[in-house]
Amino acid sequence: MSFILDYYNYWVVVFLMMTGFYIVISANNLVKRIVGLNIFQTSVFMLYISMGKVNGGTAPILVEGVDVYSNPLPHVLILTAIVVGVATTAVGLSLIVRIKRAYGTVEEHEFETQGDVI
Amino acid sequence: MTLLIDLVLLAMLALTALRIIFLKDLFAVVMLFGIYSFLSALIFVNLDAVDVAFTEAAVGAGISTVLMLGTLALTGRNERECERSSLLPLLVVCVTGAVLIYGTLDMPPFGHADNPVHEHVAPRYIQDSPQEVGLPNMVTSVLASYRGFDTLGETVVVFSALIGVLALLGVRREDNSLTPESGLKSHLVLHVVAKLIIPMIILFALYVQFHGDFGPGGGFQAGVIAAAAFILYALVFGLPSAFSVVSPKFLQVMASLGVLLYASVGLYSMAKGGQFLDYNKLAANPIDGQHYGIIIIELGVGITVFAVMLSIFYAFSSQVARLNIR
Repeated sequence: MSFILDYYNYWVVVFLMMTGFYIVISANNLVKRIVGLNIFQTSVFMLYISMGKVNGGTAPILVEGVDVYSNPLPHVLILTAIVVGVATTAVGLSLIVRIKRAYGTVEEHEFETQGDVI
Repeated sequence: MTLLIDLVLLAMLALTALRIIFLKDLFAVVMLFGIYSFLSALIFVNLDAVDVAFTEAAVGAGISTVLMLGTLALTGRNERECERSSLLPLLVVCVTGAVLIYGTLDMPPFGHADNPVHEHVAPRYIQDSPQEVGLPNMVTSVLASYRGFDTLGETVVVFSALIGVLALLGVRREDNSLTPESGLKSHLVLHVVAKLIIPMIILFALYVQFHGDFGPGGGFQAGVIAAAAFILYALVFGLPSAFSVVSPKFLQVMASLGVLLYASVGLYSMAKGGQFLDYNKLAANPIDGQHYGIIIIELGVGITVFAVMLSIFYAFSSQVARLNIR
């Protein structure tokens, strides 16, 4: 039982990661792919935050009478990664808008057979 | 109790993610993604990462969803059927997942205080940062002071993403007389409620900005929340009115000013005889110096993030407005 309690968080994270990965490689629509990529990304964030958790600890903000805090370092890395993530998502989405304008579709199996229009 | 909450939230996350695979209606996919982000923010709270949860709720559920909906307005709402077999992707995913699960068995058990990740630099941050930096929020201390150079890099990445989006799309200012009635002019309730809410959102953004040293929050979250206030304004009152309140040119100047403000703190501390971003040299007392440095660089981050998020929204929604004219 303690084996499951020790690892179940990582397993769910791997499941979510694979769901995102599946959407990225199987979806035809590029917007759906970006959603899949974001699911993958968020699950990686969860993996990092899980590693920073200390049982019985509290959020890393100094309080009188509390000695056990969770690790603040993964929080810092992930906080900035989330904002950078949305910025790169925006670049990806604007590429999709340009693809739509050039080919008239964002379904991969429809424009991959078309010639180079740009 | 924490375990139970964690299990319920993780199960809901897994269900949401699974549902996204099979849906063909992309509007529903994007909405489910917003729900997914909110659920993961709750999990972050449960895992003690309050700052991260704050950011995920504001960025993942707020701005990402708005941008994806803006893209959907341009590219169409439905995913078309495709006869391609999904067997190979399923196989690849199962094999990769099995390998990763095998890999997790070598990881240190979840939540134990003697895991390697808590051994080296983390105790220093937890024990010494309240004295060295003088702030109760250790996340802000690490973000703005110990790893200030890293955060400068992240801010520059956000700024360059703006350059990328503007190079790809650009913000088009249509002649006001040509622009169709954008915004929701006929909804009186929305107008009144938006007018009431927008000042409060901006006030909250300022609170998050300046209270970030003591509680959860900081420049990244505050910038996104302030941008959300103006996005609400643009959605309800139309893009042209939003352009006359905050013009795209002004935002582009602001975005670069934020990065410059951050970098100039580093240069100033070098001129004072310290190293790049060494706040101890900013004032006679090192703790005061840390305070000044952190407040100024958080302000720089907040300005850049606000300007970048709002500019990206402008870029997408001005494309949609152009489509409406056609």
